[in-house]
Amino acid sequence: MGLKTDPIAEQLELFGCIQCGKCTGGCPVARKTELNIRGLIYDMLVEPEMDVKAHPELWDCTACFTCVERCPKDVRPAELIIKLRGQLVESGRVPETIGTALNSIFRQGNPSGMAREDRADWANGMAVKAAQEGCETLYFVGCIPSYDPRVQVVPRALVRAFTAAGLDFGTLGTEESCCGNEVRRMGEEGLFEMLVEDGSELIRSVGANRLVTTSPHCFNTFKNEYGLDDIEVLHYTQLIAELLEQGRLDFSHPPNLPGREAEGKIIVTYHDPCFLGKQNHIFDEPRAILKAIPGVKLVEMDRNRERSLCCEGGGGRMWVEGTNVEERLASQRVREAVETGAEVLAVACPFCLLTLEDAVKVQKLDDRLRVMDIMELVDLAL
Amino acid sequence: MEPQPRIGVYICHCGTNIAATVDVEQVAKFAATLPHVVVARDYMYMCSDPGQTLIKQDIKEQQLTRVVVAACSPSMHEPTFRGATREGGINPYFVQIVNIREQCSWVHTDREKATQKAKSLVASAVAKAALLEPLEDREVGVTSGAVVIGGGVAGMIAALDVADAGFPVYLVEKSDHLGGHVADLNRVFPTLESATELMQPLIERVQTHPHVTVLLNSQVTGLEGYVGNFELQVTNSKSEGPNPKLSAGAIIIATGYDIFDPRRKPELGYGQYPNVITSLEMEQRLATGALTVDGHSPQNVAFIQCVGSRDASVGNLYCSRVCCMYTAKQAQLVREILPEARVTVFFIDVRVFGKRGEEFYDETRAKRVRYRRGSVSEINQRGERVVLVGEDTLLGRPIEFEADLVVLAVGMEPRADTATLSTLFKLPRSTDGFFMESHPKLRPVDTVVDGVFLAGCCQGPKDIPDTVAQAKAAASSALIPLILGTVPVESATAVVDADLCAGCGMCVDVCPFGAPALDPLWGISRVNAVLCKGCGACAAACPSKAIQMQRFTPQQILAQVDALVE
Repeated sequence: MGLKTDPIAEQLELFGCIQCGKCTGGCPVARKTELNIRGLIYDMLVEPEMDVKAHPELWDCTACFTCVERCPKDVRPAELIIKLRGQLVESGRVPETIGTALNSIFRQGNPSGMAREDRADWANGMAVKAAQEGCETLYFVGCIPSYDPRVQVVPRALVRAFTAAGLDFGTLGTEESCCGNEVRRMGEEGLFEMLVEDGSELIRSVGANRLVTTSPHCFNTFKNEYGLDDIEVLHYTQLIAELLEQGRLDFSHPPNLPGREAEGKIIVTYHDPCFLGKQNHIFDEPRAILKAIPGVKLVEMDRNRERSLCCEGGGGRMWVEGTNVEERLASQRVREAVETGAEVLAVACPFCLLTLEDAVKVQKLDDRLRVMDIMELVDLAL
Repeated sequence: MEPQPRIGVYICHCGTNIAATVDVEQVAKFAATLPHVVVARDYMYMCSDPGQTLIKQDIKEQQLTRVVVAACSPSMHEPTFRGATREGGINPYFVQIVNIREQCSWVHTDREKATQKAKSLVASAVAKAALLEPLEDREVGVTSGAVVIGGGVAGMIAALDVADAGFPVYLVEKSDHLGGHVADLNRVFPTLESATELMQPLIERVQTHPHVTVLLNSQVTGLEGYVGNFELQVTNSKSEGPNPKLSAGAIIIATGYDIFDPRRKPELGYGQYPNVITSLEMEQRLATGALTVDGHSPQNVAFIQCVGSRDASVGNLYCSRVCCMYTAKQAQLVREILPEARVTVFFIDVRVFGKRGEEFYDETRAKRVRYRRGSVSEINQRGERVVLVGEDTLLGRPIEFEADLVVLAVGMEPRADTATLSTLFKLPRSTDGFFMESHPKLRPVDTVVDGVFLAGCCQGPKDIPDTVAQAKAAASSALIPLILGTVPVESATAVVDADLCAGCGMCVDVCPFGAPALDPLWGISRVNAVLCKGCGACAAACPSKAIQMQRFTPQQILAQVDALVE
């Protein structure tokens, strides 16, 4: 028994599709796997039923939303993938690693199988106010920055910068739980709704008028899916750019990169994260920060801003390999970064940081390129 | 004082349009019981000749002084019944129409309630009819001549037609030359004739026509008046002298379009890669024959259709209607100039609907132009060349296509100054942003402003033949008031009671037609009846109730309301 296509085609307004192919044409994974979102839409329109389990490539989608951005008819192709994944989730046909991540989020509020009570350990030794005591800006740290030892430097750098700027901020400590952005994109709508319900209540209870996130992924769902209308949602690059603009934050010296002896400008290229750039059109603030750092020269890769190549870390892909494990977009991306002559590939997303750094290691480019979060550079220059 | 009014009431069946839902006989019986009603009838088609004769006879035989017709919308047959009343021998403005079709039978299903509503509406109209005042049909003389705004193909053709009919025309052009966008083209489809050869004789005829005055570097910056007698303020960007005021009986707007700026689709790399150019830039390159890129002849030329058209992501939902044809034309010309080059057109749908369009498309493919279905999603750099990234939807797989010259088939957009002109002329715009015609099928060159007509791409994208056709249509419509020499004006206008007016000027502020003005000597409002359209905005705004709208006086409206709530 296949899935009835008509109700979904109608619900997602797929009848608006003119089969122009901009979605599949722009899809970063379509070139390496069987995933063809235009073809899937066509199936939904012309076939009465779909056998969803015959499409393992549905798990290849990174939810980068290039297809949504490019569509000339306001169809949202990626939403179909999310919907179809939802069907698989409902019938329990999910890749095992995805199931584990979802289960961990349900039990521990994070996808990594870490304990809830350890969530605030990243801030050990730092003075961070509990947002519950009241603050103007609520800093939402996020799962990966809280637990991943490689990424923990980013929230620590942010806390130092916020403190230096005299910002009245606080965090939710161990009460913070997964935002659900990836959960929704993995098709687990029920769990996502639960996270939104609990999360928005907690966030509102703090009474902050601004919410700032480490990750573009958390930022995206808070801004576009939580309905936090009276709270301004910011990605940290927006807030840091604003603090620099206001003169509340000032660089004192060029970043002192560990192990770098060379004189002269540090050449940096910037990789636009999909959830920050394509999906939320924040292109300028990260660049403004990098340009403001003394001793940094910003160069661009050919594919930048709207055309930035996805690192393959979104849409649940941090927890599932996909059908093609041979070619990685992150590897391609770091080669593009090397071609610019940059020695630093700057990112503004925890997932990009991990995938791209991994690719640098796999490609043995460690001696030519280091992947750093923008905040690491900022921290070294304050 | 007028003797008691004698009212005749006529209920129309409109075949079954009204009679199927409203018990018309019962309504007629009810109407006969209303005050001042001396006769009430129902009839199959009141607008038919026998129906009208019924009214005329009753006016004579029953000495009727007012007539109420319960039928369809007044916009349909009010003039018909005014005519019948006039022929019957009483003032045509003694007719009151009740709309029991669109506002009753067509929108209700319950026969009993619909009949009750029809009765109430008739009672209301009878109450108002008793208070109707006689009005005069009015007309004013027409300034002999037209102003055409825009010196492209549309404006020039329209100007020539009006001028050829013997009327003086001012042709106001913003730039320093005539010809519009067509002057920038190389050759035109489907004849492949030279655009210059097409335009030069036209421009010369306009420039030498004894009845055409061309005003270059000029823009209309002010408008007063009304159909038959417009006054336009023209500003010349180059001249220091006083700006002329032009008088005209009719105005034709032919301001054209803007080219879509592909930088609004940054994923296509326009402005970033020199190999990516717009179709208009391609025209210039084809004109010079210099198709080289970096000193080399391109071997792989790609055309991308629908750039900025049919695209909700840039807010342009419409098809620009010319790109498929001009792309086919440019593709043919590339094949002529560079016989070795591979020429590929990326399309979504091929729309070559005009006369000779499909044949031209056939000829294009016969010249070995390759058509691939699939819209290009992005363009990136690869060495000296660019790579088009997309999907060939017929192959059903993503493709990367290397090219050394890419032509973006950019569409048309409303001109950036459309909003300014729209405000100046009080012209509404369609949802696509272009000027809106009065009716998409039956009044394609008229606007809601009497005496102002549209021609060419300011009303929507079109090719040269369609532009010329519309320009000639606009000229012919504009000639109607010029030839007649007079235009009818609204009879029911606003009138000011000088004793009540405090001269606050609110009527002046609210009037969209500039009809009221404060008398410089007495400081009170005077309504220029010729400008007044009878909208009633001033009467509603007047705090001292000094302004009354004829046919909609407070007494008349209150009588209607009283009858409705009884």
